[in-house]
Amino acid sequence: MDGVSLEVGRGEVVGLLGPNGAGKTTVIKMLLGLVRPDAGEVMLLGQPAAEPAARARVGYLPELFRYQPWLSAAEVLALHVRLSGAEVTAPEQRDCLELVGLADRAADRVGGFSKGMQQRLGLAVALVARPEFVVLDEPTSALDPLGRVDVRDIVLSLKSRGVAVLLNSHLIGEVERVCDRVVILDRGRVAASGSLVELLGQHEVRLHLTALPPAGETRLAAAGRVEREGDWFTVAFPADDEATVPDLVRDLVALGVRVHAVEPGRISLEERLLGILREGSEGERS
Amino acid sequence: MTRVVLTVAGLTLREAARRRVLLALAILTLVLLALSGWGFSRFAAESGGTLTSGEARLTASILLNLVMFGYSLIAALGTAFLAGPTLAGETESGIALAVLARPIRRSAFLLGKWLGLVTFGSVFVVLAGLAQIVVVRVTVDYWPPAPATALALLAAQTTVLLTLAVLLSTVISPMASGVVAVGMFCTTWVAGVVGGIGASLDNEAVARVGSVSRMLLPTDGLWRGAMHGFQDPSALLQFGGADGEAFPFLSAAPLTWAYLVWAASWVAMVWGLAAVSFVRRDL
Repeated sequence: MDGVSLEVGRGEVVGLLGPNGAGKTTVIKMLLGLVRPDAGEVMLLGQPAAEPAARARVGYLPELFRYQPWLSAAEVLALHVRLSGAEVTAPEQRDCLELVGLADRAADRVGGFSKGMQQRLGLAVALVARPEFVVLDEPTSALDPLGRVDVRDIVLSLKSRGVAVLLNSHLIGEVERVCDRVVILDRGRVAASGSLVELLGQHEVRLHLTALPPAGETRLAAAGRVEREGDWFTVAFPADDEATVPDLVRDLVALGVRVHAVEPGRISLEERLLGILREGSEGERS
Repeated sequence: MTRVVLTVAGLTLREAARRRVLLALAILTLVLLALSGWGFSRFAAESGGTLTSGEARLTASILLNLVMFGYSLIAALGTAFLAGPTLAGETESGIALAVLARPIRRSAFLLGKWLGLVTFGSVFVVLAGLAQIVVVRVTVDYWPPAPATALALLAAQTTVLLTLAVLLSTVISPMASGVVAVGMFCTTWVAGVVGGIGASLDNEAVARVGSVSRMLLPTDGLWRGAMHGFQDPSALLQFGGADGEAFPFLSAAPLTWAYLVWAASWVAMVWGLAAVSFVRRDL
């Protein structure tokens, strides 16, 4: 790691992206005092991260998640509550298991849990001690699509409660949906960072349209650069504001256009990421 | 700090119970108790009248030491193989990641683990040893001269080996740490026997093997102290005085305070090394 500096504000979700071996998990472990940096300073909620007290209000779901197989799910939570020193009542702990969908397995031994269930338990462990900062390292790696949606909802509800979230994920779609800002790491350095809009520079929408009159095509062209593939139109907006997409759809409908689908240009963050990483490796070579 | 140490110690004890270590040890102990009870009662029945009381006490002492060695071996194996998985295994599998990310000091975590293991091992040897002493009392009417000291020394021996296993498990893999710890325990015992033979033959160089190994790993020294508390004071004279040193299940002399102090500082030193190694480790 070299000169990595990142900041997560309250109520903010920051995504950590980068290729394998870029140092994402290492950054997280340094933040939590699990790996010692050779030099430099790590501050966590205003305290040096080397001090255990700094981690009192932090919840962590490791990438390599395993919990004491000889304990029940409820006992694992109780253990973490005791270690955290927080006062969390038994009903609150049950609610936490309920939140991750393990309420009816609370008394079962963790040893019999599937990977996905252990990851759900890990999420409950990260959330149980009323954290102000939650670090999720690949939180959906073992989850089915339903579980991924649950995690997304949980992250958004944390954000709305003013909790800071650092999310490391390979799933760009996931990062794009929930993160306010993104930090891209490459070979131990920050290759790029900023809000999604800043990073992407532009905002794309894919529309599935039929019965498109010439006036409709003009309206699309007026909104931004248009690429057409059959009935699918990709519109890149030069500037993004809250009203651009709803206004465009309203005008198209008014022109008699049949609107089948409106999708955010999901591919763009991926393309941007690839672009940034390629630029980085070319810069290295030259 | 205290809260963390006690929580982790309790967790370690619960692990021993839940992983059936407790059950396995209890069954082994009961088998050994039953077998030795039967053996002692046969010995009492068949030697009735033919042995002098001195001979009977000598035999009872030797047999008691032999069976106690069995318990200390079970305790050594049990705790050494428990220390590996519970420490090295947890860091390897990732269980430690979530736990150590809590606001706790690693040294407190290590102290808790160590305390849990020490409690487990010590309670086991003391209870099993006490049961054995009672069995001997009932079957052959022999009561050792210093049972409390001897049992405490057995617990100390277990603690020494376990501290070594904890140190090893912070640097090498779970299984290797168990194997190395038990291997060193057995080697020290053999070295002690070799040293005893050397002493009885007045061969100083060979005798030194025992003394040096007893300094390097105090398990054998503490074991000899424990034997001295179990055996009848007249047993050694009966066996032929100083020549008894050559016999592995009789002890020639009680422990000195200096040696006990050395054993305590050895434990503190090795635990300190384990803590340094564990605190510096990247997970």
